Amino acid sequence: MATNTETTDAPLSPENAAVIQLTRKDFVSDQDPRWCPGCGDYSILAQTQKAMPDFGYPRENIVFISGIGCSGRLPYYMNTYGFHSIHGRATTLATGLKAARPDLMVWVITGDGDALSIGGNHLIHSMRRNVDVTVVMFNNRIYGLTKGQVSPTSEFGKRTKSTPFGSIDHPIAPLTVALAAEASFVARSVDTHTEHLQATLAAAGHHKGSTFVEVLQNCNIFNDGAYREFTERDVREDRMLVLEDGQPMVFGKERDKGIRLNGLHPEVVQLGGGITEDDLLVHDQHAEDPYLALMLSRMWWPEFPVPVGVLRAVERPTHDQLMTDQIVEARAREGEGDLATALGSGDTWTVE
Amino acid sequence: MSETQQLEPEVTELERVTIRFAGDSGDGMQLTGSQFTRTAAAFGNDVSTFPDFPAEIRAPAGSLPGVSGFQLSFSSSDIHTPGDQPDVLVAMNPAALKTNIVDLPPGGAVIVNSDAFTPQNLGKAAYESNPLTDGSLKSYKVFEVPMTTLNTASAEGLGLTSKQIDLSKNFFTLGLVFWLYERSLEPTLLWIEEKFGARPVVAEANARALRAGYAFGETTEMFHTHYRVRPARLAPGTYRNITGNEAAALGFLAAAQRAGLELFYASYPITPASDILHQLSGYKRFGVKTYQAEDEIAAMGAAIGASYGGALGLTGTSGPGLALKSEALGLAVMTELPVVVVDVQRGGPSTGLPTKTEQADLLQAMFGRNGESPIPVLAPATPGECFDYAIEASRIALKYMTPVLYLTDGYLGNGAEPWRIPDVADLAGIGKETATDPATFRPYSRDPETLARPWALPGTPGLEHRIGGLEKADVSGVVSYDPDNHHRMTLLRDRKVAGIADDIPDLEVYGAAEGDLLIVGWGSTYGAIRSAVERLQAAGRSVAHAHFRHINPFPRNTDAVLRSYRTVVAPELNLGQLSWLLRARYLLDVRGFNLVRGKPFKISDIEEEAERLLLEA
Repeated sequence: MATNTETTDAPLSPENAAVIQLTRKDFVSDQDPRWCPGCGDYSILAQTQKAMPDFGYPRENIVFISGIGCSGRLPYYMNTYGFHSIHGRATTLATGLKAARPDLMVWVITGDGDALSIGGNHLIHSMRRNVDVTVVMFNNRIYGLTKGQVSPTSEFGKRTKSTPFGSIDHPIAPLTVALAAEASFVARSVDTHTEHLQATLAAAGHHKGSTFVEVLQNCNIFNDGAYREFTERDVREDRMLVLEDGQPMVFGKERDKGIRLNGLHPEVVQLGGGITEDDLLVHDQHAEDPYLALMLSRMWWPEFPVPVGVLRAVERPTHDQLMTDQIVEARAREGEGDLATALGSGDTWTVE
Repeated sequence: MSETQQLEPEVTELERVTIRFAGDSGDGMQLTGSQFTRTAAAFGNDVSTFPDFPAEIRAPAGSLPGVSGFQLSFSSSDIHTPGDQPDVLVAMNPAALKTNIVDLPPGGAVIVNSDAFTPQNLGKAAYESNPLTDGSLKSYKVFEVPMTTLNTASAEGLGLTSKQIDLSKNFFTLGLVFWLYERSLEPTLLWIEEKFGARPVVAEANARALRAGYAFGETTEMFHTHYRVRPARLAPGTYRNITGNEAAALGFLAAAQRAGLELFYASYPITPASDILHQLSGYKRFGVKTYQAEDEIAAMGAAIGASYGGALGLTGTSGPGLALKSEALGLAVMTELPVVVVDVQRGGPSTGLPTKTEQADLLQAMFGRNGESPIPVLAPATPGECFDYAIEASRIALKYMTPVLYLTDGYLGNGAEPWRIPDVADLAGIGKETATDPATFRPYSRDPETLARPWALPGTPGLEHRIGGLEKADVSGVVSYDPDNHHRMTLLRDRKVAGIADDIPDLEVYGAAEGDLLIVGWGSTYGAIRSAVERLQAAGRSVAHAHFRHINPFPRNTDAVLRSYRTVVAPELNLGQLSWLLRARYLLDVRGFNLVRGKPFKISDIEEEAERLLLEA
């Protein structure tokens, strides 16, 4: 018989990490990754494996579910339970799995096409329900596995195999979508910024609720240099804004620039000449209302530095918890269900 | 009621009566019909019902598309259908009369709400003259009852508006019909109290209307006779009335309980399957988890996810939803996980006839997926059987690690019959051992008998593995593009499902083991076919009936049964899908008899076709 979820051990916690004592290597499977050499996915895989031991879950209690696309391969390389599902539907499987098995830690690995095009509907609904799943979306702004067509995050006017005259579709803003869909944790990082990525994945994994992490990822074959102009080592400090909770929004190699609110709009200001850090916006990832996070989700180079880090992290009851609560309450109110009573409910009569 | 006995009116004894209540979709005809059904069933009659309602929730009042109907047949003997033709038609307005009178045989009784036959309503029903006065109804017994007026009088002094009072008029109608058929008002009065107890004025209006209708029958001289249908001699036991959808919901609950598994039901609202979601949503105290997904695909995905996690994963839908689930169903085939998909079929293609019945999803169930993608297909034959086959579908899904398609239809799902409540101890024990031993575990090793792969649940130490939609290597389960492996795995999946034939009962024949004509059916046509065959056999014809509950795979003796009759015909509410399968599989000239009118077969349809085939032979 299958294990009844209520009799399994209570969910494990970070405190167990010290007890379980796993290392990155424990999360490396026996399968060799098959991404193109130089692909940003290698880095995301490595940082994911590195982040794992800290969560305190034994390997068998972790499940990676993916959809279709280059990102979809990741579960094969994780020495955990894994399910490589179908295009766009990973969040649907994750929702069912988490509902049936609240004790598991569930990750969804997806891409910009998988999550926002074919799987857009499922993504937004998993977020509004606050399904306790960590969604990591590899955003390379291209369809890589199918060899180079526009994706929902591709730039307007982009020339690809399917848009030789330029894309006529306006790109979608993934983090704005996540916030609008009520994800309780929304963050962004970059494949090549390994420390930041690992820290972001660690924060994401610790969050309870619907977690969405956009990883800006380079596809060196079909969309090389997608984010080069602001992610390269020599320019990134001036062109990206690393969000830190409770800190003023300062950026720049010299830490001499900041974000200030001007009316309803953010603006980039030069510190000095009467402008101090006190004039800048202070990041508050736990803010009850989503306005600050929404504003940050709309900022993009070259008008603004590109924000990375945690935009929003708020607590609300998770889908599986609410589902379980209703069962507990019903049992407290009506008692444990009795099959014979259910079968014989309503008007009955007896034939002798 | 004691008063009626004192008056001793003329009583005519009947074996069976079929009544159709028809009115505007806002007239409460479904409620009227189901209340009569409860009362007749509780009295001990065998009952069969068929609600027939429009897809529009409220089409314009009084219009032809807005007519809603509920037909029920009750009998002192065993019956299989809600009757071919009504004996009595209750028409609450001209539109209801116009759309239903065609089904009433000459001599049949029509009870109309004469108040509703206004020039305006006649116009909405496209009547050029009033049928109550122009002689067009002269071949029927017409009873004109000013229901609105009488009902309004009964509600006097309650302080309700005329619109509120009008809402209770169906209880007046019900009261009148109760008098005609000697039925007690008590069950309905109790029901009114339970249902409307919080609104005592409404409860009082409804109770008064019910009593007023009854009293009208008793005291006017309009109805000379009332009718007696004695209790049926059903097998001993405790009974309740049940629809196919109710029985399915209970069956899956029972299956999960018997298997010791959590039931997870994911569904997207769709007619006529939504009632299963509604019912299972109420079973929280059983630990049942229900999930109204954002769409059909999500419901399928969530069921697969739950089953991967060790629950009994279930999803329910109708034809258009099954089409959307196809790709994910293929994933369940590839990953060999136990999920059950309920398809309560309706008229198609596309949105089709959402509230009407049809059997045209059989080939979709069999083949509606990419690649070689075999799935066991089951189809209960009666509302009560929906319970048994929910357990059977779950048993097969778990034992063989496979998705299973469970086909009913709008007629079974919404139709009701008395159901003998089973003893929980008699229910089959079902289930599947999960894998636990890392030393022997291989994701795609197989049980030598069933060919099922192991069920390895996340959370089991040492069994970490990866599955998915890509082809997997035999035994090891790693991704494999090897040509020979794909061929072998395709054959294994096919053999696994085909092998279930050794684990299901033989096809049963009702009638002689050989003869002139065999009528084969599946699903909801059972009642009409069985009734027709009973009549044909009584008339000395060499006719037998065999009904498939297992369609993929077919029972082992199918070939032998089919070859024992000179002619085989398959009546179906489609253009010949079972006959197509049987012809393809057994190379036999199985004839089709096909009607797609959104309605079930009449007994006479099948009887006449059988007579025609017997003459032809």
